[in-house]
Amino acid sequence: MNEYPIGALAQIPKGEGRNFEVEGVKVAVFHTQRGEIFATQPDCPHRKGPLADGLVGESTVVCPLHDRSYDLKSGKELGADCVLKTYRVRTAPDGTIMLAL
Amino acid sequence: MTKQRLVVIGNGMAGARAVEEVLARGGADLFEITMFGDEPYGNYNRILLSNILSGVQDKSEIFLNPLDWYAENNITLHSGARVTDIDRAAHAVKTANSTVVHYDKLLIATGSRAFIPPIQGVFQADGSLKSGVFGFRTINDCDGIVAAAKQSRKAAVIGGGLLGLEAARGLLNHGCEVHVIHLGPHLMEMQLDSQGGAILKAGMEKMGVHVHLKMSTTAVLGKDKVEGLAFKDGTTLDCDMLVVSAGIRPNAELGTRAGLTVERAIVVDNHMRSVDDMNVYVVGECAQHRGKVYGLVAPLWDQAKVFADHITGANPQAQYVGSKLATKLKVMGVELASMGVTDATEESDETVQFSEPKRGIYKKLIVREGRLIGGILMGDIEKAAFLMQTFDRDSPLPEERLSLLFDLGGPSQKVTIDEMPADTQVCNCNGVTKGKIGACVASGKKTAKGVMEATRAGMGCGSCKSLVNEVVAWFAGGALEEDPSVHYYVPCIPLKKPELITAIREQNLKSVSAVFKALAFDGREDPLSKPPLASLLLTLWAGEYEDERDARFINDRVHGNIQKDGTFSIVPEMPGGITSAAELRRIADVADKHNVPLVKLTGGQRIDLVGVPKDQMPAVWRDLDMPAGWAWGKSYRTCKSCIGIDYCRFGLGDSMGLAVKIEGKFRGIDSPAKLKLATAGCPRNCSEAMVKDVGAVAIGDGKWEIYIGGAAGAHVRKGDVLCTVDSEDAVLKLCGRFMQFYRENAKWKERTYTFVERIGLERIRAVVVDDADGIAAALDDAMEVSTAAVYDPWKERDAPKTANQFATLIPAELPVGDD
Repeated sequence: MNEYPIGALAQIPKGEGRNFEVEGVKVAVFHTQRGEIFATQPDCPHRKGPLADGLVGESTVVCPLHDRSYDLKSGKELGADCVLKTYRVRTAPDGTIMLAL
Repeated sequence: MTKQRLVVIGNGMAGARAVEEVLARGGADLFEITMFGDEPYGNYNRILLSNILSGVQDKSEIFLNPLDWYAENNITLHSGARVTDIDRAAHAVKTANSTVVHYDKLLIATGSRAFIPPIQGVFQADGSLKSGVFGFRTINDCDGIVAAAKQSRKAAVIGGGLLGLEAARGLLNHGCEVHVIHLGPHLMEMQLDSQGGAILKAGMEKMGVHVHLKMSTTAVLGKDKVEGLAFKDGTTLDCDMLVVSAGIRPNAELGTRAGLTVERAIVVDNHMRSVDDMNVYVVGECAQHRGKVYGLVAPLWDQAKVFADHITGANPQAQYVGSKLATKLKVMGVELASMGVTDATEESDETVQFSEPKRGIYKKLIVREGRLIGGILMGDIEKAAFLMQTFDRDSPLPEERLSLLFDLGGPSQKVTIDEMPADTQVCNCNGVTKGKIGACVASGKKTAKGVMEATRAGMGCGSCKSLVNEVVAWFAGGALEEDPSVHYYVPCIPLKKPELITAIREQNLKSVSAVFKALAFDGREDPLSKPPLASLLLTLWAGEYEDERDARFINDRVHGNIQKDGTFSIVPEMPGGITSAAELRRIADVADKHNVPLVKLTGGQRIDLVGVPKDQMPAVWRDLDMPAGWAWGKSYRTCKSCIGIDYCRFGLGDSMGLAVKIEGKFRGIDSPAKLKLATAGCPRNCSEAMVKDVGAVAIGDGKWEIYIGGAAGAHVRKGDVLCTVDSEDAVLKLCGRFMQFYRENAKWKERTYTFVERIGLERIRAVVVDDADGIAAALDDAMEVSTAAVYDPWKERDAPKTANQFATLIPAELPVGDD
């Protein structure tokens, strides 16, 4: 597993998500109001809704198409069985997002 | 500011809870926290040990704070380290292996231990318990008992109190013949009177437990291993294992050695501080407050709060005033609730009693001066919640005493969860109400486990777990019309819209994050509550609203309507459906230039460019050079119109002109649900104004009828005539006033057709037309302020409000390598 710098944390407003492409892989990265960051697969397993456009609260993201909710830490769908692929992600001391692929 | 050092001796339920309370008050910024625990794990719920013993629960299920919790909260945990001395002069504690840790503030929460009476033969020469003899207090004890029970045939339990009986139940489950030896005249003297004790004994015996009362054990027989018991009356009992559950003793020796005042336990003041040292606090079973030492969990929670309030300065006046003891428990399958005294103690005390021994039902209340001072409910504890609340609050009792014991009259009066008021406590140990559970479920916790973890309901004594399960299931699954949260504006804040507005105004909350912090359960964000709160705040504060883009649904962040493939639709403004050849040409050119996959006329007489990727939207807007049509949000959408007076041979009023004025005034006004408007030049209603949220229909002589609450979507409803006015200005004024009233009073996503029926046309007319409440001017002013604050969001094409606002994909900024 390699860790890649994918840009400054400031690229993602607090409480929102953005899609990044690194090494040909598309990843949704979320920056919560509490300052945590999470990374998951970009599309909702239900109907491929763009998760980065979803509403984020605490560590939950809600798909904008049909309100499917997922826990960003575990990737687990709340109240159902779908699971998102999650990626290890952290912020370096200089504010760079480091994503592990 | 340098942090103070808070050292906590004891990592049981008391110590950990006290630390949690400190952290909840921002204590992490005030203190470096160090905890010492005897046992080599994180802390666990001691009350549930009996479930481990009986095999109902697994060990892993009773841990309250796993080791991660300590790390996450920067707490240094010394587990398996026994503190042997406190040097108060040096402000330091010392452990058995001579570790010395200094403190500024010290908390003693050493709890208590099983009391082993000095019966002959119970100890071995080295002071440890004889092989086959166990206390019942720790996970270790539990492990030992379970292992021994598997080898044993006949087990004895000394002590017929709650814990002893729990131990008996556990042993029974492991297939042993079980004998309970009790010194007193009846079982569970702390909770029961003699009659209740007798009924419980009969119940126990029916299950196969042998109960021996008034038996004083004089010796534990057997040379190296327990082989039997000898009693004062000369009899003996064979057994191959023994559990001693003869009460607990506070672990107060540390206090004694440190020179603190110790009576039965370490004596504290009302701030839970040792009376001798203002830097030493004591909570839990090792604390003695106003002469009382508590062995139950509920008082501990109260003490922990007072301690935390005081030590963090959150409330320096916080005082513990003692606890009234009420417990609900299940002993070997028998449900039991007990509170206060078990017998009348004064001549004037009333006793209200019912007994049905055959069915194991017993109820007894002791009433003094019209108030409940004690009670026992056994076998049927339906009234327990009510009685325990009455007892706790010291509220006056109804004259009809019978109703205290039974629900009388009518069909089965079992209080269903539907009927249970929101403030009813479900979990008495942790003070969790039905309402709190509801808020928690609404915040996304859909499983009983999740709710229990978040609220701690059911995590105290555990006796309410089945009720918690029921309540969670009830909130999570259906029964919608009874669900109180349907009346809340957002599910995570248990307030109806008017109450929420009051709270927001009083606390001057201007951003969604501020509302969550101040009003939501635990200050937690709920993603789906963000847009409704954003809408409400914008309505209330208009230009003063502190816009947080993450609180908006994606449509409102990028000003288009998201489609199933993640692209957006773009609808420029076209008031009254009026356009021009030049405008159409430009739209066509834009569609060509940007390869817009679909161009479609909308139901609102506009043109929709469908399928535009997010990152192309700014360019499309730039080329269109038209204002946004607001076709994406919970807001004023559009006002369609018929041809009107200039060309139509039936036209009675200038519907097109009025539509343009309406759109010019109200465009972009946010609202609880979308607002679709129309104007019609005559009652033929070609523009369908009578089935719009708000419609104006010309009836001649310059007069207009205003319709409200119409719908022609999934729901079809002809609007109601609010009033007839005689000028276009009056139409604008009254439509605006109605919409403002709707904005302030409708629930989130409540369309006008529901709103008008819910509030009632007469009431709306009284407020909006006749100004019965004297708020008409205020509504008008508020609408003026809101309209003045609206701007064309498509201008954000040149000045994005957030980083990468319209980006669909951001390429990673990989550093350029050297090779």
